[in-house]
Amino acid sequence: MNLSPQDITAIGLSMKIAISATLLSLPFGFATAWIMVFRNFRGKLLLEVLVNLPLTLPPVVIGYFLLLLFGRHGWGGAALRAAGVEFIFTWKAAVVASATVGFPLLVRSIRLGMESIDRQLLQASRSLGATWYDTLATVVLPLSFRGMIAGSSLMFARSLGEFGATIIVAGNIPGLTQTIPLAIYDYASSPTGTSMALALCAVSVTLSIVILLLHEVIGRKLENGRGA
Amino acid sequence: MKLNINLEKKLGSFSLQVKTSVSGERIGIFGASGSGKSTLVHLIAGLMQPDAGELYLDDTCLYSRRKGINLTPEQRRIAIVFQQAMLFPHLGVKANLLYGYKRCKPQHRKIDPEALIEILNLRHLLLRGVSNLSGGEKQRVALGRAVLANPRLLIMDEPLSALDDSLRYQIIPYLRSVSEEFGIPYLFISHSITEMQLMTDQVLVIENGNLSGVSTPDELARTNMSQNPKGYLNLLRLTDPVMLEGLFHYPWGTGTLIVSYGKEEGESLFELSSRDIILFKKNPEAISARNLIECRVAEIFDSGGRKGVVLEAGNQKLVAEIVRTAAEELEISPGATVFAAVKATSFRRLG
Repeated sequence: MNLSPQDITAIGLSMKIAISATLLSLPFGFATAWIMVFRNFRGKLLLEVLVNLPLTLPPVVIGYFLLLLFGRHGWGGAALRAAGVEFIFTWKAAVVASATVGFPLLVRSIRLGMESIDRQLLQASRSLGATWYDTLATVVLPLSFRGMIAGSSLMFARSLGEFGATIIVAGNIPGLTQTIPLAIYDYASSPTGTSMALALCAVSVTLSIVILLLHEVIGRKLENGRGA
Repeated sequence: MKLNINLEKKLGSFSLQVKTSVSGERIGIFGASGSGKSTLVHLIAGLMQPDAGELYLDDTCLYSRRKGINLTPEQRRIAIVFQQAMLFPHLGVKANLLYGYKRCKPQHRKIDPEALIEILNLRHLLLRGVSNLSGGEKQRVALGRAVLANPRLLIMDEPLSALDDSLRYQIIPYLRSVSEEFGIPYLFISHSITEMQLMTDQVLVIENGNLSGVSTPDELARTNMSQNPKGYLNLLRLTDPVMLEGLFHYPWGTGTLIVSYGKEEGESLFELSSRDIILFKKNPEAISARNLIECRVAEIFDSGGRKGVVLEAGNQKLVAEIVRTAAEELEISPGATVFAAVKATSFRRLG
């Protein structure tokens, strides 16, 4: 299997973007899941739809919205320009694109974990003198850990495969914003790129398998650690 | 402890409305499941917000719609022991025990964790995880955790319902001793009259979301005598039996009670159904029942068409249950002397 230096860069960049997107999303994902599971408020359904929207929207559409928001004329773009941050067509834009697309997967997993927490545990914690944020940190957070691990690995995997939104906001610049899927796209459109494309595909498959294995192993460990 | 309750809460088609004032250290809340006991407990602990009313614990206002006061659960300092132990699964026994203690302001810390660990017999469990404890051990840890939070009031919300019979009566002494030892008043919630008799001095009876009365556990047992399949349950604490011909002879009042299934050492708790006592007008001289006790009739009460006869023997009391016609034939009236026969097998040892 031959990987060119450019491919290696693409793999490194893919990893960097996927890790950044996952880490960036985790606190927001946790907060969103917590609000959706434990809080009652007007407009909860609307939030639910909004959070899950990226799951059903074509990623290209998401990318286009992000471009409108962070582009030259968007208010996000203006704010970033004022702060001196170069955003569109950089790896940072790819991070935001991946984060947006993968967010619903993260929230779903954390939610599932949180929903399995017995409400009486939270009541016990409160009646033992813990404030709501203390309970959040010492009961909800540790008991959501499994959901967070599961959600993170799904989101990481989804980020590695992100294509549609990324190509619109970050472009396909080799060495700068070209991730594995974008590189494969390039090879696929060139008549001589078959073996190169296949090599990157193999890398992609390997990474996915490793992530899914890790996901299973960690899940099981946590399960055993907690006991029946 | 004085509790002033005036609370209203509507939950779907169910509505709760309780207005009363109680003071005491051992107060029971009695009612069938679905009567609103748990809702009331949640309102008192601040885990649910009332629609209207006021709630005072001693002189502290915990909730007042009029004054716009609604203390959070952690401000109320009311700890709860739930039906299921509800131990934090990610923490070990020791961390569970100290969860509330660590969050308690130093000036409120009156209970020494070491002393409590001794009383609840938890020392050997401290380093264990909570998932491999037995049901009784879990409930003891939960009790310890609640007490160590140094609460002003301890709520025990059916803490024995999830345990089987033998365990239940092993836990009761712990529940009692902990609150006596450390001077913590409690609300004990249950649908069991026996538990009320063992744990409380005063009982609030809740029916369909309303307070149907305040009574003593004994009155409660008398009122429910005719409906309860076991009648009125006499609870007897008997100690240090002498074994004679395979039977346990326990000192009781000025005489002896003969029991088939006892325990050779220490104190045992027995229940004796009011329906297992047979009354004779005259001494029958020879009968198969091993206990024949000469008693004075102290009192007669009605319970749903049946008569409860309170018998006095020495300084002890027993309640027997007879039908009205039997009462007429025996010519029973307060002050009369009767003979009560009880089989040795009728005593059921609870713990």
